[in-house]
Amino acid sequence: MSDVTMEDLMRVLAEAAGDVETADVAAADVPDTSFEDLGYDSLALIETAARLKRDFGVVLSDDDVVELSTPRSLLELVNRPG
Amino acid sequence: MVTGVVVTGIGVVAPNGLGVEDYWRATLAGRSGISRLTRFDPGGHRASLAGQVGGFDAEARLPGRLLPQTDVSTRFALVAAELALADSGVDVASTCEYDLGVITSNALGGFEFTHREFRKLWTEGPASVSVYESFAWFYAVNTGQISIRHGLRGPGRVLVGEQAGGLDAIGTARRAVRRGTPVVVTGGVDSALDPWGWAAQLAGGRVSGSDDPGRAYLPFDVAASGYVPGEGGAILVLEDAGAAAARGATAYGEVAGYAATFDPAPGSDRERALRRAVERVLPDAGTAPVEVDVVFADAVALPGPDAAEAAAIRAVFGERGVPVTAPKALTGRLYAGGGPLDTAAALLSIRDGVVPAVPAGVEVPPDYGIDLVVGAPRREPVSCALVLARGKGGFNAAVVVRRAAGRTRVGARVGNGAETRAEARVEEER
Repeated sequence: MSDVTMEDLMRVLAEAAGDVETADVAAADVPDTSFEDLGYDSLALIETAARLKRDFGVVLSDDDVVELSTPRSLLELVNRPG
Repeated sequence: MVTGVVVTGIGVVAPNGLGVEDYWRATLAGRSGISRLTRFDPGGHRASLAGQVGGFDAEARLPGRLLPQTDVSTRFALVAAELALADSGVDVASTCEYDLGVITSNALGGFEFTHREFRKLWTEGPASVSVYESFAWFYAVNTGQISIRHGLRGPGRVLVGEQAGGLDAIGTARRAVRRGTPVVVTGGVDSALDPWGWAAQLAGGRVSGSDDPGRAYLPFDVAASGYVPGEGGAILVLEDAGAAAARGATAYGEVAGYAATFDPAPGSDRERALRRAVERVLPDAGTAPVEVDVVFADAVALPGPDAAEAAAIRAVFGERGVPVTAPKALTGRLYAGGGPLDTAAALLSIRDGVVPAVPAGVEVPPDYGIDLVVGAPRREPVSCALVLARGKGGFNAAVVVRRAAGRTRVGARVGNGAETRAEARVEEER
């Protein structure tokens, strides 16, 4: 399975829960900014996980997903081998 | 000393106007928001007319974050609340968040959102159903979303009473202010104009089957044949009068009284309880019938309910004893939004000294014995107004609003009852 890119991930996040509230976050810093600061709550992450499964076949547990803190950590979990 | 509970802000999302002044201009000019449904083709249904909110651009009016998680009804509620808070001048950021409450009514929930998610459930399976369905559907969501968006952590409540619930919310908000919460955002908003919501509304059995927008909803008319459903409503900001005066706020008027009653069981020979609601709300407001300048009627537009409402008004105020109106003839019945929108109209009647009319052509059966304002608004001083609402299932609610002491909103006087100027000016009373 080909890797999911950060661009893919941010698109799925936006579809799931709306655009990033980036007024005070530079675009390059978004992947390492906390979901809380980006305005995404745990429901946003669960919805994102459901869409990642549908669009990319990636199966993530809700319990794992809500523990994540940044887009980069979510991307790493998505692309984890095995 | 100024006491009581006053309305300092109004936000309107109505089929004939977005924002309080748009709505009021349309109402006085007799502009209707009723038309053939455009959200879907209603051709397969027995009714095709609705009061639809037009020109509402949710993407322009709300943060992108709120769009995936909100039904259209909640979007209306959020915008109405934002307008009401801005109108009130309450400085939310510098007020203790526990001093700010939210108490709203909703009767229909998030039909359109839920309809979409049900379709996904049945065609794609449960994994495709939005996580936001968990709260987007339910009656408490407007209170919750308004609370979260503005950081209002005082009393948060929701009342469900079909078309009467909006007045119950206002009455409950008044009580919350009296018990010590200085500011409470209240009112109600509804929308269910997707095919499923429409089918559910028609199942209620009181909807007009007419396809003539000008003649479909004729409250108290000899040929009344049901109501037209609408969407939208109003959100009001209620404040302790003393606190409002201390911050220099101007009030539209006072929420002076509230009463609710419940009808006897179907089939009972006992009288329905609307009259009792009127008889209770007047003493609650410390008001005698003769002091009431206008009644905003519930106005179902069916012979049975219309005759019953006319009888209740007649019993308390006497034969043609008080002007009666129903501006909802121009919007349709808005469920939880109806009572709050009528309350807004009542407050604007007080501000501007004018009673809006039901459309020309309404012909009241003489035995109703009510003085219905028909065709053109009536210019006359209004100090006190009674708002009535009935919800299917037995709910009755009544609210009295009256001119507040102290600083009140005074609109430009209305010429020939056709138009009112948008800007309100402040006038010190006495």
